[in-house]
Amino acid sequence: MQQSRVSGPETQAAPQWQLDTRDNASILTLSGTWLARTGNIPAFPENGLAKAHKGTQLSFDTAHITDWDTGLIAFLWDLKRVGHDADIALDMQSLPAPVRQLLQLLPDAPQDAPAPHAKRMPVLEKIGQSSISSLEEVGTVSELAALTAKGAFQAVRGRSRMRFVDILANTADAGPYALLIVGVVNFLIGAILAFVGAVELQKFAAGVYVASLVGIAMVREMAAVMTAIIMAGRTGGSYAARISTMQGNEEIDALNVFGITPSTYLILPAVLSLVITMPFLYLYGCLIGILGGFIVSISMLDLTPAGYFHQTFISFGVGQFVFGFVKSIVFGAFIGLTSCRIGLKAGRSAADVGIAATRAVVVGIVGVIAIDAIFAVLADVIGI
Amino acid sequence: MTDQPILSMQDVTLAFGPKIIQKNITLNVRKGSIFAVMGGSGCGKSTLLKSMIGLLRPTTGAYHVQGDNYWSGTEAERTEVNHRFGVLFQSGALWSSMTIGENVALPLQMFTDLKPPVIRRLVELKLGFVGMLQAIDLYPSEISGGMRKRAGLARAMALDPDILFFDEPSAGLDPITSARLDDLILNLRDGLGATIVIVSHELSSLFSIADDGIFLDAKTKIPIAHGSPRDLRDHCDEPQVHAFMHRERDEKGSN
Repeated sequence: MQQSRVSGPETQAAPQWQLDTRDNASILTLSGTWLARTGNIPAFPENGLAKAHKGTQLSFDTAHITDWDTGLIAFLWDLKRVGHDADIALDMQSLPAPVRQLLQLLPDAPQDAPAPHAKRMPVLEKIGQSSISSLEEVGTVSELAALTAKGAFQAVRGRSRMRFVDILANTADAGPYALLIVGVVNFLIGAILAFVGAVELQKFAAGVYVASLVGIAMVREMAAVMTAIIMAGRTGGSYAARISTMQGNEEIDALNVFGITPSTYLILPAVLSLVITMPFLYLYGCLIGILGGFIVSISMLDLTPAGYFHQTFISFGVGQFVFGFVKSIVFGAFIGLTSCRIGLKAGRSAADVGIAATRAVVVGIVGVIAIDAIFAVLADVIGI
Repeated sequence: MTDQPILSMQDVTLAFGPKIIQKNITLNVRKGSIFAVMGGSGCGKSTLLKSMIGLLRPTTGAYHVQGDNYWSGTEAERTEVNHRFGVLFQSGALWSSMTIGENVALPLQMFTDLKPPVIRRLVELKLGFVGMLQAIDLYPSEISGGMRKRAGLARAMALDPDILFFDEPSAGLDPITSARLDDLILNLRDGLGATIVIVSHELSSLFSIADDGIFLDAKTKIPIAHGSPRDLRDHCDEPQVHAFMHRERDEKGSN
C-alpha cells in the first residue's frame, strides 16, 4: 500500500517532474509525493513532448517518489495521451508494477462523449413544442379515460380483470381515512364564510341571510371544490408517486407482460374509488360546512337554531345539490385519471417520483378550479 | 507491514431484533487479500457485509478495523473510518438523479477541498479505470446493468479507499462481462494495494480471485468453514461446503 494517512500536505514534498530529451530516448524523472487529495497534482502540458523525436521511447525514473496514489496515475494518463498523439512510446517496464497495471486499464485517446443532454431551443420552437405536447397529453388522457370506462363497463358485466380487493383498499384510503381532513377544512370554510357574512349583513339587519349565504356557497361551490383540492393533494399525489415508483421498479412492465393492462389493474380502481367517494365526501363537506356556519352564526348573531336551519334549507333547491354532486364526480374522475397518467409517464429515477407527485398535485388543483369555472358558466347558461 | 489483520471480528452475533441471523462469527481479513463471504441464499452473507461497513451493529462481539474497535468509537470517528471503505452495492445503487460523473464526483465534493477541475480529472480517471469514460454524462437509467456495476465500482473508488466491499459483483452479468470484472478487481487490488471483501456465490469468480474466505451456514446459523474457496473445494470435508463448491444438490432435501 503506497498511501499514507499520517501527515498533511504541508509536510510533504510537492510532486515534481523533469523531462530529459535525448536523441533516441527520453527520461522522465518523477519525485515527491503524488497524492490526489492534496490537489496539487500537475497536468502534463499538451506540448510537453514537443522536443522528443517521433518514434522514440520514453522511460521513467521513479526512484524518488516518496508516496503515491491515483494522483500519479492521473498525471501519467495525461502523459500517455500526449505520448499517443506525439507517437512516442512509453517504456512501461520502467514503471513500478502497480502503476503499470493501473495505467494499462486507461485508454490512450479520449473517446467521443455522447451528445450532451440539454439543448437550447429557440423560443418559438419551445412554445410550439409545448403546445403540441400538451395537446397530445389531452389526447392521451382522453384515451386513458376511454380505456378505463371500457374497463368499468366490463367490470359491470363481470368480465374485468380488476380485483375487488384493490378497489376496496383504494376506496378505504380515499374515503374513510380522508374524513377527518375534509371535515376540518369544510368546517373552517363554513365558519369563515359565516363570520365574513355576519359582519357585513348585520349592518343591514339581515343577519338571518348568513344561513343562506353559507348554505348556497357550500352546496354550490365550496364543499365540492375544497374537497377536490384536498383529494388532489392527498390521494392524487399518492397515486402518482406509487405508480411512478412501480414504473421505476419495472413493475408496470411486469404487468404488461402478463397482459394485465395498467388501465384496468391500476387506473380503474384508483379512478373508481375517487368517483365513488367524492360525492359522499361532498355531502359530508356540505353538512360539516353548514354546521361550521351555524356555530359561528349562533354565537355571533341573534338567531335561533331552528330559524338558521329553516333559512338554510329554503335557500337552495335540489338542483343545486345535483349540480354539486355531478361536479364532485367529475372532479374525482379528473384527479384519478390525471394523477395516474402523470405517474405512468414519469421517468425512472428517484427525482422523477418527486416530480411526478408534485405535478399530480399542481395539475389536480389547477384543473379542478378550471373545471369548476367551466361548470359555473354552464350553470349560468342552463339557469341552475 | 505487521501481520495485524486489517478487519477482524471476534465472536460476533448478528441479529434483527430477536431473530438471529448468524452467531459465533470470527474472522480476520489480511491486508491486501481478497476475502470471500460465501454461503447459500439467505444465510446472512449480505447482513455480514452490512455489519462490516457499519450499517448494522452486532448484538455481541467485537469488530476491529486495523486494531481499533469500530463500534466503541463516536459517530464522527466511524464516519472517518468509513471513508476508508468503498462499497459496491448489489445493483450499483447509483443515485439516479445524477449523471455517472456526478455520482463519482459527489464524495470528492463532500469530503475533500479539491477544486472542480481537479475533481473532474479524478472522476475521469476513476471512470477510465473501469472503462466507462464514454458514459460520464449519462444517467444511470440510460446504461446497462453491467455498466451500472462498473460505474458503482468507480464510485466506490472515488476516495481512494483501502478496503473495498463488493456485494455480488457478478450477479446478473454474462460470463464474459463477469470475467472482465474479475480481472478488473484483480488489477485494482494489485494497482491500488487495496483489501477486498467480496460477497458472492458465483463459483468461477470466487475460485479465480479470492484467496481467503468464510463459509456461512443457513441452518445452524454459524460459520462452518474458513479458508480460500480453492482450498475449501479441494480439502473441506464439511458436506454442506463440499456440495456448494461442487454444485451438488443436497440429497437429503434440506433445502
